[in-house]
Amino acid sequence: MNGVRQNAHAGTLESSDVFVQVFPHNHGVEIELNSDVEEIYGDAIHELTHKTLKRMKIDNVRLVIQDKGALDFVIKARLQTALLRAIGNESIDWSTL
Amino acid sequence: MKLRRSMLFVPGSNTAMVCNAFIYKPDTVMFDLEDSVALSEKDSARLMVYHALGHWAYANIETAVRVNPLESPYGILDLEAVIRGGADIIRLPKTDTVEDVLVMEKEIERIEKACGRKEKIKLLAAIESAQGVVNAVSIASCSDRLMGIALGAEDYVRDLRTERTKEGSELTAARSQILLAARAAKINAFDSIFSDVKDKEGFIKEAEYIKGLGFDGKSLINPNQITLLHKVYAPSEDEIEWALEVIEAAKEAKTKGLGVVSLDGRMVDAPIIARAEWTLARAEASGLLGERA
Repeated sequence: MNGVRQNAHAGTLESSDVFVQVFPHNHGVEIELNSDVEEIYGDAIHELTHKTLKRMKIDNVRLVIQDKGALDFVIKARLQTALLRAIGNESIDWSTL
Repeated sequence: MKLRRSMLFVPGSNTAMVCNAFIYKPDTVMFDLEDSVALSEKDSARLMVYHALGHWAYANIETAVRVNPLESPYGILDLEAVIRGGADIIRLPKTDTVEDVLVMEKEIERIEKACGRKEKIKLLAAIESAQGVVNAVSIASCSDRLMGIALGAEDYVRDLRTERTKEGSELTAARSQILLAARAAKINAFDSIFSDVKDKEGFIKEAEYIKGLGFDGKSLINPNQITLLHKVYAPSEDEIEWALEVIEAAKEAKTKGLGVVSLDGRMVDAPIIARAEWTLARAEASGLLGERA
């Protein structure tokens, strides 16, 4: 299990991007999603987020995701960047990404 | 025959460009993790490129990545991401010596083995200094992973203590040396970027000049330059007709069991056939062959 030790963020609020904020949290996973395409892709973004957290073995975290119509691989990249920054590890376990 | 006329630089930190670069159909997309990415965003650009490499949009287009130098804190992490992500080519920046290539090659082999990658990633060495130009001949032939060498003119002119001009005389020696080194080693040669994206006339003039010298292609920084460059590399109607006749004559010679054949009084042999094939490859890539092929 990886622990989120500090606040962190990644991404931008530009079109086609997503801005992800990560906060330490002690009571499971909490996700706040604001997306320009929430009605259509909201469920898919939630699913992608949970899968990403599971692979990275993160059980406790609060995420604020502001999506500006990003493709799935962009969301994954931004989530992982923000989470790795919050974990604070220098090394990367590529099998979890 | 893989055409590499256009290599489009795409900053790894520019999400919109990373998502859309494939639409412009350059021959090769060159994701950049080096100079165009701020130090604070090296980690995010690396992961963006890692995931873009695996995306369907880049499944049918050649991908290269310019990584940070190995002596920087980012070089090894970049290599890990790029090799595992599935890039076709690594662009090695600031290649001054054979040793630079061999050290990189050793790290690549280690990572390929660790992640079980079967297909060997190729290398493109960027020559960006006087020392690199002087060593270009030995650099070009030092590794079977090398698919080409490229001139990085911005750093090169700084090293030479001069400025880049539209006319380009300051690059004459480097272009000649890099082209000869590449041809002697039977690998590709790529010219540097043309940075004034508004100057179409100047770009076309430079593209015609480097094509005439023999360069395979050019690095580009703006998608608008792709069509202009491909037009410069597109063969003329006469060239296409000539190439089709050569290929036909060569086929006839083969059927008759002849080593050489004459076309309009000129001998058609292996170098002529190779030139004709190169012309037809460019014609096909430019959509000029139609139903004639």
